[in-house]
Amino acid sequence: MPYTLQAYLDNNATTLPAPEAVDAMQPYLREVYGNPSSAHTFGGRAQHAVAKAREQVAALLGCTGVEVLFTSCGTEGDNAAIVAALDALPSRKHIITTRVEHPAVLSPLRHLATRGYRVTELNVDRQGGIDLEELRREISGDTALVSVMWANNETGVIFPVHEVGEIAKQNGAMFHVDAVQSPGKVKLDLAKEAAIDFLAISAHKFHGVKGAGALFVRKGTRFRPLIHGGEQERGRRGGTENVPGIVAMGVAAELVLKDFDAAVTRVAALRDRLEAGLLAKCDHVVVNGDRDHRLCNTLNVGFEFIEGESILLMLDTLGIAVSSGSACSSGSLEPSHVLRAMSVPFTAVHGSIRFSLGRYSTDKDVDYVLEKVPPVIKRLREISPFGRQAPNEKAEAERRREKIESGRRFFGKRPEQHRV
Amino acid sequence: MWEYSDKVRDHFLNPRNVGEIKDATVIGEVGSLARGDALRLYLKLDGSEVIQDAKFQSFGGASAIASSSALTELIKGRHIDDAVRLTSDDISKYLDGLPEAKMHTSVMGMEALEVAYARYRGLELDEQDEEEGRLICRCFSVPEGKIERAVRDHTLNAVEEITHYTKAGGGCGSCHIDLEVILDRIRAERKQNAEVEAVKSAAANPAPAKPIAGGANLTQLERMKLVQEVLDRDVRPGLAMDGGDMELVDIQGTRVFVQLHGHCVSCSSSTATMRFFVEDKLRELVDPAIEVIDTTSHGAELHAPPLR
Repeated sequence: MPYTLQAYLDNNATTLPAPEAVDAMQPYLREVYGNPSSAHTFGGRAQHAVAKAREQVAALLGCTGVEVLFTSCGTEGDNAAIVAALDALPSRKHIITTRVEHPAVLSPLRHLATRGYRVTELNVDRQGGIDLEELRREISGDTALVSVMWANNETGVIFPVHEVGEIAKQNGAMFHVDAVQSPGKVKLDLAKEAAIDFLAISAHKFHGVKGAGALFVRKGTRFRPLIHGGEQERGRRGGTENVPGIVAMGVAAELVLKDFDAAVTRVAALRDRLEAGLLAKCDHVVVNGDRDHRLCNTLNVGFEFIEGESILLMLDTLGIAVSSGSACSSGSLEPSHVLRAMSVPFTAVHGSIRFSLGRYSTDKDVDYVLEKVPPVIKRLREISPFGRQAPNEKAEAERRREKIESGRRFFGKRPEQHRV
Repeated sequence: MWEYSDKVRDHFLNPRNVGEIKDATVIGEVGSLARGDALRLYLKLDGSEVIQDAKFQSFGGASAIASSSALTELIKGRHIDDAVRLTSDDISKYLDGLPEAKMHTSVMGMEALEVAYARYRGLELDEQDEEEGRLICRCFSVPEGKIERAVRDHTLNAVEEITHYTKAGGGCGSCHIDLEVILDRIRAERKQNAEVEAVKSAAANPAPAKPIAGGANLTQLERMKLVQEVLDRDVRPGLAMDGGDMELVDIQGTRVFVQLHGHCVSCSSSTATMRFFVEDKLRELVDPAIEVIDTTSHGAELHAPPLR
């Protein structure tokens, strides 16, 4: 099957590696292959490159170089932070997170819930936001860790990490932030966010390459490594450094900082034009997530009465790359845990599509998508038994029923707490 | 993302027979918006009950649309009694196979046809619903009868397979225990049927005389050969029926070391299997002094409770 990528709007999944970053890593894939741990000058050259990247990443995060720990990915950073936080407060057995975290956080925490920890997952409202009052109610002197993402990968909703951090500190808990979606979209200034103890990022989400990430560990925080090994990263993460990946991440960090404000403004304008265009050109479209507290690049919409995998694959044949929160495209049978936690009605959950733009997105991309999406939606609604009747009474009735049903089903479970 | 065959891709992008039949003889509907897939099947029958025309409307992923399209192609021109005898596997075959996790979309096609058939023949649909029994999977509203049918029809042996075919168990996971119980029950049924068959066929062609347990007179090599023979002939086929297997690891004197594989590993009754079934067989046929030792590590993690 011939395939041409026409419009890449899946930047929350991964991003185009910046050509400057790829160029910068070349020497370290070829001639400068020394091991940074070696005593000889040749290894020292690799060590210098890693040190330079550390400063570049520290600048992106607004912290100091000694607070940057290189990892292999965002998931490793999240896992390492969780393990270190619990180790720092061994007598506390309670963890607080949200229902909409990435599996990189939810999955290790649910594992810990079977190992003697009590885990509270904070609810989110219809807009995808958390209630700080609920956090205040749940937190106690037994809470070892609060782990909340900076921004949600599916909806782009931004969480009040500053306020969450203050509450965590008032109760003496450690605070970890999964900020994988943030670099290049949100100004990170960890010198000012004193409550954050750990913060994880991943290079390929901001135009670096896959296989490199970083974990911020605030100076003075007790840290037990996740990966035990040699003395790399000052004994905090064993394993030979991914020198080319780290070099590329450093350059990418510098690039996203360089024209940060201009890029955010430009990407937001493109996203807003895409959103307005889709809402104007398609019927029965809902925007998922709080539009006032949202990443500049993310647009999550639900096309009612049709199924997300079908939309995604039809767009795929047109060279448009997007994601869906539908059950069929996730590989599991349940639709997105994020949209369900938000109680998005089934009519819209199954047809949810995430468009995520990036700094390489163009007006041409948006024009192409606005041209191609409406006919696909129309075509699938023609095939759907619910599509053509919308918005007649039967569909409306079904919609109301699903809303009630979904509310009952998912409210019934709250609050989710795991106990051994 | 393109995990689908070219045929599925073709029927998804160019579905045949989409739409309504205004003067349909009968309509069959299954699924819902909540479930994430739904199908409405329109049939037009001629005077001799042959399906003249079939059309569909489908809400679902690529394979749901392709399965619906395939179904209409398969049943057109068939007598309705003949059409209803098709199975979901026929749909899957027609499409050059569906990914395991998408098998339920072909099942949905057959269900719509069954509903249309029942309605056409005047069979009480409500009664049929009651026969489906209690609701097992609350997340996807799957009743016991439907699960039992899938386990029987497709010889399913694991909870995961049930989920592939019926969706049951694909949500919160709290019904996995119920699904295990259903599996155990139907496996027992299957085994009993197989035994009845075996007795029948044994009556038809009397088997050659069984080797007599040679006991202590056997050399080590002879004993090993005999044990292997008995395991291959009398033990492993029975275990395979339950999706399990057994491997001979070692023989030291009269001590036989075996290892369980497949479903036997996580099966709670495998200890009993060892003691009463395998050991008895070997004592009867090889050496009365034989002792069977299970070297399988029955991982405790497999029994970890599902998350709620």
